[in-house]
Amino acid sequence: MHLKYESTLREPLVDGVKDYHQVTEDIISPIEGKPGTLWYVGFFISLTLLGFGAFSVFWQIYFGVGVWNLNKTIGWGWDITNFVWWVGIGHAGTLISAILLLFRQGWRTGVNRAAEAMTIFAVMCAGQFPIIHMGRVWMAFFILPYPNTRGPVWVNFNSPLLWDVFAISTYFTVSLLFWYSGLLPDFASVRDRAKTKLRKLLYGVAAFGWTGSTKHWQRHEALSLVLAGLATPLVLSVHTIVSFDFATSVIPGWHTTIFPPYFVAGAIFSGFAMVQTLLIITRKILHLEEYITLGHMEAMNKVIVLTGSVVGCAYLTELFMAWYGANPYEFATFFKYRAAGPLGWSYWIMMTCNVITPQVFWFRKMRRSVAVTFVMSIIVNIGMWFERFVIICTSLYRDYLPSSWAYYRPSWPEVGFYMGTFGLFFTCYFLFAKYFPVIALAEIKSILKTSGENYKEKMVVYEEEPAEKFAHDVAHAH
Amino acid sequence: MAVKKFVVGLFDDEAVLFPAVKKVRTAGYKLHDVYTPFPVHGLDHAMGLRETSLHTAGFIYGITGTTTALSFMSWVFNVDWPLNIGGKPHFPLPAFIPITFELTVLFAAVGMVMTFCYLCQLMPGVKKHIFHPGQTDDKFVMVIELTEKTNAEEVKSFLAAAGAQGINEQKAEAGWWFGRYDKDDEPYLRKIQTANA
Repeated sequence: MHLKYESTLREPLVDGVKDYHQVTEDIISPIEGKPGTLWYVGFFISLTLLGFGAFSVFWQIYFGVGVWNLNKTIGWGWDITNFVWWVGIGHAGTLISAILLLFRQGWRTGVNRAAEAMTIFAVMCAGQFPIIHMGRVWMAFFILPYPNTRGPVWVNFNSPLLWDVFAISTYFTVSLLFWYSGLLPDFASVRDRAKTKLRKLLYGVAAFGWTGSTKHWQRHEALSLVLAGLATPLVLSVHTIVSFDFATSVIPGWHTTIFPPYFVAGAIFSGFAMVQTLLIITRKILHLEEYITLGHMEAMNKVIVLTGSVVGCAYLTELFMAWYGANPYEFATFFKYRAAGPLGWSYWIMMTCNVITPQVFWFRKMRRSVAVTFVMSIIVNIGMWFERFVIICTSLYRDYLPSSWAYYRPSWPEVGFYMGTFGLFFTCYFLFAKYFPVIALAEIKSILKTSGENYKEKMVVYEEEPAEKFAHDVAHAH
Repeated sequence: MAVKKFVVGLFDDEAVLFPAVKKVRTAGYKLHDVYTPFPVHGLDHAMGLRETSLHTAGFIYGITGTTTALSFMSWVFNVDWPLNIGGKPHFPLPAFIPITFELTVLFAAVGMVMTFCYLCQLMPGVKKHIFHPGQTDDKFVMVIELTEKTNAEEVKSFLAAAGAQGINEQKAEAGWWFGRYDKDDEPYLRKIQTANA
């Protein structure tokens, strides 16, 4: 009998007949084989997109921000929309690995590695936008508080835009450290079973000389726990600070105290949707259905329906406050130019995708359907993109002075830049899926004997006997 | 860094490993280490290892970050270049909170990871002796150090009685060295090779 006991009522987290070696085999063998045709096709499409993005960015830097369709009225368009969208997507990984670690959610072990990778790549994509949208990117280092020859004139520490610099860079660094410290033992597993010299060498370097010593594991556990404790408030702070970019201004539609929780819920919502999109494809291509089970997808769909409803509440609260607050400008923003008006269509796309459609996840059958989950995950991310677009553009395009009212549609370099970040994201993800253990190997092994299907079946015998007998047997086992 | 002799026993199941660790300790053998493919909870206590102080280090790094951020920002706004920003105070504590928080987390995380790597001697290019390639796969590898007082055969039969399989004797470098995993380059082997050449 295993040292820990888990009721058979709980769904197994690893399906099929597995022992420790089989787990290693299942997760590491895709790294050792040649990638399939699909991988090459996907990888080259991503590289093409990345190339097009690089060209668009080059175009913008060469000719100036004027090639974007931003104007005096609409100073933030696709650039900041995409920034907030990508940062939001980057929230699920740390949420899964940190908050769910603190909540002791066993199902996290199947999805955390890929979700954390996704976080890191999404934050990399997000970071491009604020830097490139500065216009003169070669001056981007002015945002850093370094002693300079201009006085020194320091950065303004009161500015939410500067807080963003600190928040995003800290978030990226901490996520990367968290992810990589978890990868060390798994790289060592790849290294120790490697057949080719090159693989031994490269994974040997990547594993930092990990051996699996008990003392090292003890420190590793302590490190993971404290990093999780630090990353939990961090993940909440990042989107809070992103929302401050808007909330601390006095633009009607932005100036609301509801923004931090509303943004954080939206971020988790879109992040989980992106995790679903990626994992449904990953589990299919790498044959990991036994590790990323329907149970995992159901758990994430529950988070999606919860956060989607929180976001829905926030939309309604905003509308209510716009009416109840009796500020004519705010009322106009929400009721005349956001829910109606020339950009009103974007508001209704947002409402449909984020609030109405996710309600299908109240039904268990829908939560456990791969097809529904996949379609929903894409719908949610379309909806969340429109949420940021609505917040940014519909608050700006009708300002206080009707003579400066304008309309906004992106120019090709703006679209190209966005496509390019998709290229960057998927290029990184394809490389990750090929060369990294996509599932946290050591963590799966640590839950295998309590939550693996073939181990749970053995518990049926114990479940049938009275609890007193079980307790007695355990107490007098040796 | 020293070359030592070890007796190595492999275990397939952590449920067998625990009583074996207990027996080794009561028998008084020098337990070098137990290598496991995943963190086995309670094994550190069974082996008699003390708790790690890594959290304390993390706390100290964290408060270093807090004080760095607060003191730096107040120095900039009050001493180095007091600037009137819309008539706002020179010590706007609420506006300092976000950056202070971020730096606290950043210092704690970076400091802890670096301390972790230092304590466990982890770095790109570092190599250590792997007693059995299965120790990162499915084997729990118990390594007992042979001193002049211990008899290798006695330890082997002891391990066999405790449920170990694949028991063998190894001479290996106990510490770390800079090396490559695609080569057999234990420092003492290198010495022998140069002596023979």
